[in-house]
Amino acid sequence: MIAFLVRRLGQALVVMFIISLISFSIQDNLGDPLRELVGQSVSEAERQELRDEMGLNDPFMVQYWRFLKKAVHGDLGNSYFFKRPALEVIMEKFPATMELVFGATLIILLFSVPVGVYCAINPRSWLTKLMMGLSIVGISIPVFLTAIMLIYLFAIGLGWLPSYGRGETTMVGFWETGLLTRDGLVHLILPSVALSSIMLPLFIRLVRSEMMEVLEQEYIRFAWAKGLSRTRIWFLHALKNTLLPVITVGGVQIGTMIAYTILTETVFQWPGMGFLFLEAVNRVDTPLIIAYLIVVGLIFVITNTIVDLIYGLVNPTVRLAGGQA
Amino acid sequence: MIRYWQLFKESAFLYRFRRDKVAIASFSVLMLLVSLSFLAPLIAPFDPYDPAGIDIMDSDIPPSWQEEGDPRFSLGTDAQGRDMLSTMLYGTRISITIGLFAVLLQLFLGIALGLAAGYFGGRIDSFLMRLADIQLSFSTLMVAIVVLAIFQASFGTELYNDLAIFMLILVIGIAEWPQYARTVRASVLAEKKKEYVDAVRVIGLGSGRIMFRHILPNTLSPILVISTVQVANAIMSEAALSFLGLGMPVNKPSLGSLINSGFEYILSGSWWITTFPALVLILLVLVINLLGDWLRDVLNPKLYKD
Repeated sequence: MIAFLVRRLGQALVVMFIISLISFSIQDNLGDPLRELVGQSVSEAERQELRDEMGLNDPFMVQYWRFLKKAVHGDLGNSYFFKRPALEVIMEKFPATMELVFGATLIILLFSVPVGVYCAINPRSWLTKLMMGLSIVGISIPVFLTAIMLIYLFAIGLGWLPSYGRGETTMVGFWETGLLTRDGLVHLILPSVALSSIMLPLFIRLVRSEMMEVLEQEYIRFAWAKGLSRTRIWFLHALKNTLLPVITVGGVQIGTMIAYTILTETVFQWPGMGFLFLEAVNRVDTPLIIAYLIVVGLIFVITNTIVDLIYGLVNPTVRLAGGQA
Repeated sequence: MIRYWQLFKESAFLYRFRRDKVAIASFSVLMLLVSLSFLAPLIAPFDPYDPAGIDIMDSDIPPSWQEEGDPRFSLGTDAQGRDMLSTMLYGTRISITIGLFAVLLQLFLGIALGLAAGYFGGRIDSFLMRLADIQLSFSTLMVAIVVLAIFQASFGTELYNDLAIFMLILVIGIAEWPQYARTVRASVLAEKKKEYVDAVRVIGLGSGRIMFRHILPNTLSPILVISTVQVANAIMSEAALSFLGLGMPVNKPSLGSLINSGFEYILSGSWWITTFPALVLILLVLVINLLGDWLRDVLNPKLYKD
């Protein structure tokens, strides 16, 4: 287990190192920080002097080391547009994105497990066939189209739900939440449904195929022979082993979901990190782009490591292999 | 050639295909879409790339069956006055082209790296698979968005627009190589243990020949199965990137950028600019996915699972 943990942490460090290198080279090549600071009106000699003073003429490794030291302290430079620390700007939008991901995850969990299990234990029912048919249609519709359709139907057509923004929010400490007010929750519905729309069919299919595989196994047949009740076999013995692979795939999909938040946030003008990132790209706001990369990179690395650790805890074979290594 | 045709005609593959209505329907729709889009220069009523043929006065005309419709433009026009039908035909061609070439690039990289990892094993294998793990943990879309965003910011929009189609193929192609590499590696590992590989090695063939002439053909069925899904995914990724404004520019739109340009007008009631390309996109991806599902059932390869 310890060896496993160390290997995972090593991998996480390598990933963060690569991200920091990429971020640094973006900072180095994209835009001129001097021009952003002083404008066009300064003479060339003064410019050179300023460049020396700011250390822009230092060797690559020296500059990279300085960047790294600052980054570890949470200093990623000031956003050109907001004139405030980039990390601060990003972290303000962090809760909005996380609440969106949370809403979508909730929908996925609530629907995929029951539907997947139903489809696995009733493979021949018409409802299963309908669900499988719908799921392949669901996979084929891009997230942004689902989002547009939802807006068109529920916001413009029926006028039931709001189509953009977060609505009323309250501050809980540093966390700006929309989960406590009715208005905020109503605003969350359409974006989370849209975000979950691409993953839900995938998870239904995953739960179904894993469950069907588990139901074929010897120990399940033994449980039947022993005369255990159906519900006990299905929901206790089979479901447990079904959820194991679902956890790993689920962990990887969290990363994909962060990417899809960019699409969902754009369509719904949800004031989260993804929306901010696209704006930053359009304004060539380099520090903000870098801050986004690093924050998202951290989210990826942390979730992947946690998921692997949980998997290691739940699955005894991993624990064994790690102990021997 | 005739012998192969004969073999194909009598194969179980074709037999199962002819008995499956969904497969036949999906295949026909796919062929129809592909041929229509590649014949676009011949059958499209207008040339959407020709600025002289576009009149801004024609913009925002609804489809011809609606009251304000114009019989010249059967599916209406977009905000720039381009005929929707022609623009969509050309756009579908771009989407399919990007999807196919991106998958070809993935195939090339994935097969080369997957074969090497599976055949040589050891350090090469663990390095490549660790790399694949890391790259897969970041989703393709995320990698593509970041890379394209950085390129767009550093090239400037104008130059970027000229290079967009190559950039999209490169980015989607490179970002997805682990899918193939893992599948190929898993099948190579299974094949390597078989007797025929020992036999050719005893004969004294070189490892290149063994890899490409003897092992590779036996890994083709999983490759074929994931290829269909990969084409569908590549088309979807391209659409998503174009929708974000990081893909094909407005003057050379793919389906995704058409949907994007229509999205601004959907609130003012011009539903047709978004709806028609969206329907084509969904239909295209859906039939490819259905074919992929059918292929998976027929070939039933042991796919690599995480």
